[in-house]
Amino acid sequence: HVQLNSVQSILTNVNNLEGELLLCEASTVYKYIQEDGSNRGTYGKLVCTNFKIAFLDDNSASDDNEPQFENKIVGENDITLQCVDQIYGVYDEKKKLLTGQLRKYPEKLIIYCKDLRVFHFCLRYTKEEEVKRIVSGIVHHSQTPKLLKRLFLFSYASAAPNNTDGRNQTVMFETLEDWRGELERTKGNAKYKAVTTNEGYRVSEKLPLYFVVPICVSEESILKYEGRGIPIWCWSCHNGAALLKMSAFPKEQDDSSSQMQKAFLDGIYKTISKPPYELLKTDDLSSSLPSLQDIQTAYTKFKQLFLIDNSTDFWATDVKWFSLLESTNWLEIIRRVLKKAIEVVECLERQHTNVLLIEESATDLCCVISSLVQVMMDSYSRTKSGFQSLIQKEWVIGGHGFLDRCNHLHRSDKEEAPVFLLLLNCVWQLVQQYPPAFEFTETYLTVLSDSLYVPIFSTFFFNSQHQKDTNMSGESLNTQSSPFRFLTVWDWSVQFDPKAQAFLNNPLYADKPKPDKSHRKTARFKHQRQLSLPLTQTKSSTKRGFFREETDHLIKNILGKRIGKFINSSDEPPNSFREFYDSWHSKPVDYHGLLLPCIDGPEIKVWAQRYLRWIPEAQLHGGGTIATAANILDLMEEVQSLQVKMDEEHSQAISGDLHSVPVLRNSARLSSLFPFALLQRQSIKPALPTSTWKDLEDEDDLVNRDDEFVDLSGDIL
Amino acid sequence: MKLSHFLNNSSGQNSDLLLFKFIHLSENAAFLTDKDVIYMCPFNGPVKGRVYITNYRLYLRSVENDPVLVLNVPLGVISRIEKMGGASSRGENSYGLDITCKDMRNLRFALKQEGHSRRDIFEVLTKYAFPQSHNLLFFAFANEEKFSENGWMVYNPMSEYRRQGLPNERWRVTFINEHYGLCDTYPSLLVVPYNATDDDLKKVAAFRSRNRIPVLSWIHPETQAVIMRCSQPLVGMGGKRNKDDERYLDIIREANGQISKLTIYDARPNVNAVANKATGGGYEGEDAYPNAELFFLDIHNIHVMRESLKKLKDIVYPNVEESHWLSSLESTHWLEHIKLVLTGAIQVADKVSSGRSSVVVHCSDGWDRTAQLTSLAMLMLDSYYRTIEGFEVLVQKEWISFGHKFASRIGHGDKNHADADRSPIFLQFIDCVWQMSKQFPTAFEFNEQFLITILDHLYSCRFGTFLYNSESVREKEKVTEKTLSLWSLINSEKSKYTNPFYTKELNRALYPVASMRHLELWVNYYIRWNPRIRQQQPNPVEQRYMELLALRDDYIRRLEELQITNNSKITNSSASSASPSQMMSQVQTHF
Repeated sequence: HVQLNSVQSILTNVNNLEGELLLCEASTVYKYIQEDGSNRGTYGKLVCTNFKIAFLDDNSASDDNEPQFENKIVGENDITLQCVDQIYGVYDEKKKLLTGQLRKYPEKLIIYCKDLRVFHFCLRYTKEEEVKRIVSGIVHHSQTPKLLKRLFLFSYASAAPNNTDGRNQTVMFETLEDWRGELERTKGNAKYKAVTTNEGYRVSEKLPLYFVVPICVSEESILKYEGRGIPIWCWSCHNGAALLKMSAFPKEQDDSSSQMQKAFLDGIYKTISKPPYELLKTDDLSSSLPSLQDIQTAYTKFKQLFLIDNSTDFWATDVKWFSLLESTNWLEIIRRVLKKAIEVVECLERQHTNVLLIEESATDLCCVISSLVQVMMDSYSRTKSGFQSLIQKEWVIGGHGFLDRCNHLHRSDKEEAPVFLLLLNCVWQLVQQYPPAFEFTETYLTVLSDSLYVPIFSTFFFNSQHQKDTNMSGESLNTQSSPFRFLTVWDWSVQFDPKAQAFLNNPLYADKPKPDKSHRKTARFKHQRQLSLPLTQTKSSTKRGFFREETDHLIKNILGKRIGKFINSSDEPPNSFREFYDSWHSKPVDYHGLLLPCIDGPEIKVWAQRYLRWIPEAQLHGGGTIATAANILDLMEEVQSLQVKMDEEHSQAISGDLHSVPVLRNSARLSSLFPFALLQRQSIKPALPTSTWKDLEDEDDLVNRDDEFVDLSGDIL
Repeated sequence: MKLSHFLNNSSGQNSDLLLFKFIHLSENAAFLTDKDVIYMCPFNGPVKGRVYITNYRLYLRSVENDPVLVLNVPLGVISRIEKMGGASSRGENSYGLDITCKDMRNLRFALKQEGHSRRDIFEVLTKYAFPQSHNLLFFAFANEEKFSENGWMVYNPMSEYRRQGLPNERWRVTFINEHYGLCDTYPSLLVVPYNATDDDLKKVAAFRSRNRIPVLSWIHPETQAVIMRCSQPLVGMGGKRNKDDERYLDIIREANGQISKLTIYDARPNVNAVANKATGGGYEGEDAYPNAELFFLDIHNIHVMRESLKKLKDIVYPNVEESHWLSSLESTHWLEHIKLVLTGAIQVADKVSSGRSSVVVHCSDGWDRTAQLTSLAMLMLDSYYRTIEGFEVLVQKEWISFGHKFASRIGHGDKNHADADRSPIFLQFIDCVWQMSKQFPTAFEFNEQFLITILDHLYSCRFGTFLYNSESVREKEKVTEKTLSLWSLINSEKSKYTNPFYTKELNRALYPVASMRHLELWVNYYIRWNPRIRQQQPNPVEQRYMELLALRDDYIRRLEELQITNNSKITNSSASSASPSQMMSQVQTHF
């Protein structure tokens, strides 16, 4: 029903990408400027392409507000189709959710975005014909089920065969060598091996082409249940203990087959619990963590707190802000996930046990926990390339179902769950608690979360490596069918020019000191510190007594189970977690060593940059963390320019003014929106709460008293 | 016994004492007693230690722990000392002392039942923690520390008014209160409208609670609009009027050539202002003041604030509420009160700045909420007050000289811990300042440590700065002659209190966002005693930024050197200094 031919000419003023097609448009659309709650706005054209919804300002001719942090792919007024969260129509001041076929067309369109922007478009001045076309077009293209091949990803890849090699130093884990490299890096190769069993996806379409298992696990067992019940290696700790994950067997109705599965599992456990393997602890994440459904429900409520229509809404919710926040449960989920990760770290680090994470498909909460554990324990994961490699390893190749979890195709709401966002939220907590420990900034994480909805990168648009591989060949569109070459999100130059990319790198990152002869002593000391962590262990074991430990050991071996479980494990000292946590926190932080997040209530915070950045009432003019960041960047630039001058001086070149300082960012214009946009508003009028007080129910007698009771009426008589 | 004497005579066992940082309390720090106790640490359980008490502090050093646990508590912070357990108490560690402090912590010591160890400690502590109740002087009067700066010189009212461009043709300085004859809780020097005579002032004083007439706090350099402060008018049930007061407010309105109405901010909730009529107070009614607009700012009284802080302490000490942290925090209302105070101050500031209108601020007496509002509004409007020295002036002026009743609100040296006059009004103000500095991390010259230090010495009684209720009493007690100023300590070590991110910006109004989305609990202050709450001191970002600053300065220095060498055409310059690339690598490892 959409006409595709009259298009290309109009697209000239759209900043369109190759392969982008105009689907429908409407002119004299009025876009409200959200900043001051007035009805101020601008006229322009609203267009919908196969990539995005865009508003083209009629007088966009010269805008001196050019943001320094421009995204080259998605502009300020662009909404990619996958970024649309919900669309509401306003009919006679009433909001109505728009989903499928429409009978009546609204006067106003409100678009809520997954990156938490809110757009208000007034259609009152638009021709009826155009209103119909644009509204149904937008709703159809952004809200109704889609075929995978209709994702813009494919149009873009076929129209713009790219040759950029954007891998930088990110390990993609697409090859056997990548896995072997990782084994070598973590010194896991003595006990674990990379296998090729899944070549041609013989084992399972859900598993990656190559993965790593304990050396003692045979090919037959891997093949037996399509990889279920097989411990798959994630990472090895410096002391040899490893983090493993396993996809569980589904609950079988048939008794005999479940018996067989049990026997199979027992066999596997037996092999991998024998020396040289460490003791094994298993943790069934589906019972020890909130369910995906809980996570989805919590996030849905949480994000709603930030999708704000107007100033009245903002201040009305402000009064009960903390209890609203708590009622979403989102921060509590973050806390529980972080706590779980610390528990796993404790087993690996202090108890020297292997930890096996179990989940039905081992591609959701397993990914969250294993990634967090690595971020906390492996300082490489806190570098940019290390973190990106980690995401490749655990999530992209690891088989997290991005397509379903983000519901990119609008196929089924049931599958939707913000699992990856949960990870980013948890990592953000660590970044804000220990800024010098990370090579990347919170802006990097925010941009990464935005990139989840930009369908020109393959990274977040497939459910598995198999799905990507099978859709690589361009058979359907072109006859010559050369395979698509997709972009990876890790090629940041696609979205940002070098200047903007500076915001992704943490200038205060505590670089790892290079091994130096004079530093050897401190290095050894550091090592000792790590080893000295199980300080309390010796204590507790003496308490438990030699004999008891011995019998435990004996019992375990007799039963063939050197396996403990997190839950109901009676032999574990109850406070071992707390002891470990407290003992770590009582020592100075080593930014290159183990990093444990603080998880007490006051320490878990809302990721303000991601969630508050578009809310005008919440803007801090000239303030926020970005004010410090801008200062640091300025200073970095100054130091760099001084370095250049030094070089010039050394080469005796003519130098300019000694104290010329790079152009300072006008911090008064910066707000919490920065670097994502600059304020439009010129006058700084403070935001004032409109509804402030609620009753202090229980303190009435105090409330009614005066500061000091003195009868003043006597004074003047 | 004098401490130095004691130290000289101390046997090996007590050589630990030499490690005390008995800040230059000098020879006068009398050493009173020492005892073996068990400190009932709420975080680490019972800790064996030795406690030492001087006329300034209680100092405890653990004897077995590694690392050594140290408590260092100025006696001034003690609010209440209670005995726990009696001679017949059985349970382990059930006999001893329970000490409640004003700075969000409690201390429990278990003692041996034999001997009179508890009685001795209790008596010494009670005497020196509550000198006012025992006819003793505050420690500040015995303190003989020496500082390179003299903090008493920081605030000179005349030069502060001159800085503001006062007096001018519309505002004059009056000495009518030189001997505190007009108002005994005001400073001696006041700025009033040029067109109001001293006689007028006296008449107005009769109509204002405790004679606290409207006087100028701050004048906007461009709009000439002013912030005035005062107490409530004595309207009473009968709705009394006073022509002089009415005329006086009109003179204020006219002083900046303003045609629009004068804005009066009554800090109280409307109902409380009405209720005050019953006791002779009230507010400016529309009939009597047709040229004024009155707004209520809904800030609650000192009792509500005290209860709120008590609730806050309950959820953070000794343990932080585990589950439902956010709703527990909300139920204390502490941040909500902060929000209201900030909102009020923003309104005042905005009215003066963009509204170009003069404002009058009052509550009941004009020494609690009024001081909060005027000083915060001034902090928003005048960047001078955001410097270390400027902030000291602000506190000295709006709080100390205008009679915020520090002695009553804090209860310095007074054993009456349940006194209804006590209230954390000044703490609340400092919290508001912290919220602003958190929202604008580059706008303040001072850092968090500065604010915490001020609060610590609000209680410590080591300095005379916050002692007594008003300037008239302070003068009588000769505070500036006999005690030291807190600003001496701070200004002698300014770098410790300086925010490295501070970027000087002149005359930019700074409006914080008074939304719960941005207000935070000041963890580093309220929960600082909890070892589980990590205090990264010094702040790692700050520290690294300072390293970068040092690097820049080093470069500039080297570059200057290089240019001199180059200019004088000495060609073998490379021999004298390292090449830049070499330096860079040094820098990286250094980081």
